[in-house]
Amino acid sequence: MKTKQTYKKRSQFSAVWRRLKKNKLAMLGLVILTAMILIAVCADLLADYDTAVIGQNMAERLQGPSGSHWFGTDQFGRDVLARIIHGSRLSLSLSIIAMTVAVAIGSCIGAVAGYYGGRVDDVLMRLMDILLAIPPMLMSISIVAALGQSMVNLLIALAIAYVPVFARVIRSTILSIKGQEFVEAARACGTGNARIILRHIIPNAIGPIIVEATLTMGAAILIISSLSFMGLGIQPPAPEWGTMLYEGRDVIRNDPYLVIFPGAAIALAVMSLNLLGDGLRDALDPRLKN
Amino acid sequence: MSKYILKRLGMMVLVVLGISLIVFTIMNLTPGNAAQMILGQSASPEQVAKLEAELGLDQPFFVRYFNFWKGAVQGDFGKSYQTSLPVFEEILTRFPTTLKLATAAMFIATLIGVPVGVISAVRQYSLVDGVSMVTAMLFASIPSFVMGLLLQLEFALNLRVLPATGAASWQSYILPAVTLSTATMATLIRMTRSTMLEAIRQDYVRTARAKGAAERSVVLNHALRNALLPIVTVIGVDFGYLLGGTVVIESVFSLPGLGTLLITAIRMKDTPVVMAAVMFVTIAYSLVNLLVDIIYAFIDPRVKSQYAKG
Repeated sequence: MKTKQTYKKRSQFSAVWRRLKKNKLAMLGLVILTAMILIAVCADLLADYDTAVIGQNMAERLQGPSGSHWFGTDQFGRDVLARIIHGSRLSLSLSIIAMTVAVAIGSCIGAVAGYYGGRVDDVLMRLMDILLAIPPMLMSISIVAALGQSMVNLLIALAIAYVPVFARVIRSTILSIKGQEFVEAARACGTGNARIILRHIIPNAIGPIIVEATLTMGAAILIISSLSFMGLGIQPPAPEWGTMLYEGRDVIRNDPYLVIFPGAAIALAVMSLNLLGDGLRDALDPRLKN
Repeated sequence: MSKYILKRLGMMVLVVLGISLIVFTIMNLTPGNAAQMILGQSASPEQVAKLEAELGLDQPFFVRYFNFWKGAVQGDFGKSYQTSLPVFEEILTRFPTTLKLATAAMFIATLIGVPVGVISAVRQYSLVDGVSMVTAMLFASIPSFVMGLLLQLEFALNLRVLPATGAASWQSYILPAVTLSTATMATLIRMTRSTMLEAIRQDYVRTARAKGAAERSVVLNHALRNALLPIVTVIGVDFGYLLGGTVVIESVFSLPGLGTLLITAIRMKDTPVVMAAVMFVTIAYSLVNLLVDIIYAFIDPRVKSQYAKG
């Protein structure tokens, strides 16, 4: 009798997921992040934007945390919890969009530089070096201030600040991949350079991109809130966490909760991304596979 | 080695030229007219045109860029549109505050971060390790300005032991420096811990122990010295972030540094000041990174011999 042997096929994704699941801190990060994303998506169901978030109610101004207002109210009588909930929309969506743009542009630059090498690599990477020589915070401040204070400009600023980071990550990964057999095989089959980069190289470099994107998203949230705190980012009455801190700063002595709660929201978002990013880095590290 | 340093200095010149072009372009994209901003909204178009001609703002982009460099190489970065003072002088007055703040923050971060990282690695999974890892995670996640506001609230407003704002005395720098140091401290704790964990499992560490070397000497002379290279890199790279981070911290603590100057200049579209401030910070950052690369050679003889060959 023939014994039927079944081979369990394991994709790279499921192997990484299996390793990630074992990392308790990374899972904690994932749970917090998922909860925050869900809150951001369902924000309208949890609190009404027009009445609780931007609508002023001076009769209830500066009330400390209580049963009716869990996180208290601000100088204009707006519910702090409602503002934090809606603020998560702004911070998360802005950082996700900025990262996506930075990843897309940075990956293309890094892939072209790493794949073609030589003079193309030299020129592109020197350009990235120049951009990297300006600290991201300084770069974002300069761009936002120059282009004007708007959400789109904030996105452009963040994307430009982080393009070189991704270009470098992709380039170094490509350099280690491009000499491998499957790339040579694709070339031998007559596949064009653009297709080799898009279909064969970038999918294999996706691991380091995800790790870097997760960690950079945390940094982007910090920059968004810092710029808003300095009055260069999202403007009031929008419920951005940094803007809330800027407004709470004047009354910090008597009402510290106006700084503590938005600050904790930023810290929680950044921490969840850092925990997840670290976990993903470990899960994707081939040295730690077993 | 000197060949390498010269090469790096050449690269730095290229970077500075590139940055100046980028910043100059950005500042030219700025909506609003500098001459109009200086004269105010009530100024007539003739007055604006006259001032534009005086400042050279009516000239083409590259002519202005060339003129900027012609002056800059002679130490003349132009005059502030707002104060009419030479920009270079203004930067020189403000830069020491920023440099003091960034250096003090880096000093605090290194002085605490590296030893805590070493102890965490040596006593892996102990209570000390757990506490330091949680602290590092919190420090890396709490925005610097939130940390600054909370420290200000506690130590300046509630306890009244330190000044809340200004730069009147050395005590004024304590809160801003501690605030600025936390993120870098977190990076250093985590980095030192992970590199030390790798180092203490190496064969040469086992050999040192087998020889009968004291544990202290094994950790400090054998493991830490080999783990220092990536730590020094972090210190170099993070110094740039600290210089960038001072902008926010100076704003929280009202310190008269380059950061506050930059923010005011950006708001007032004071191009000469913005150009000079960004370039100053960038040059300082590049110099620190060059210094870090040179320090490598002294820490790691393998790197030194590589340079000697090159």
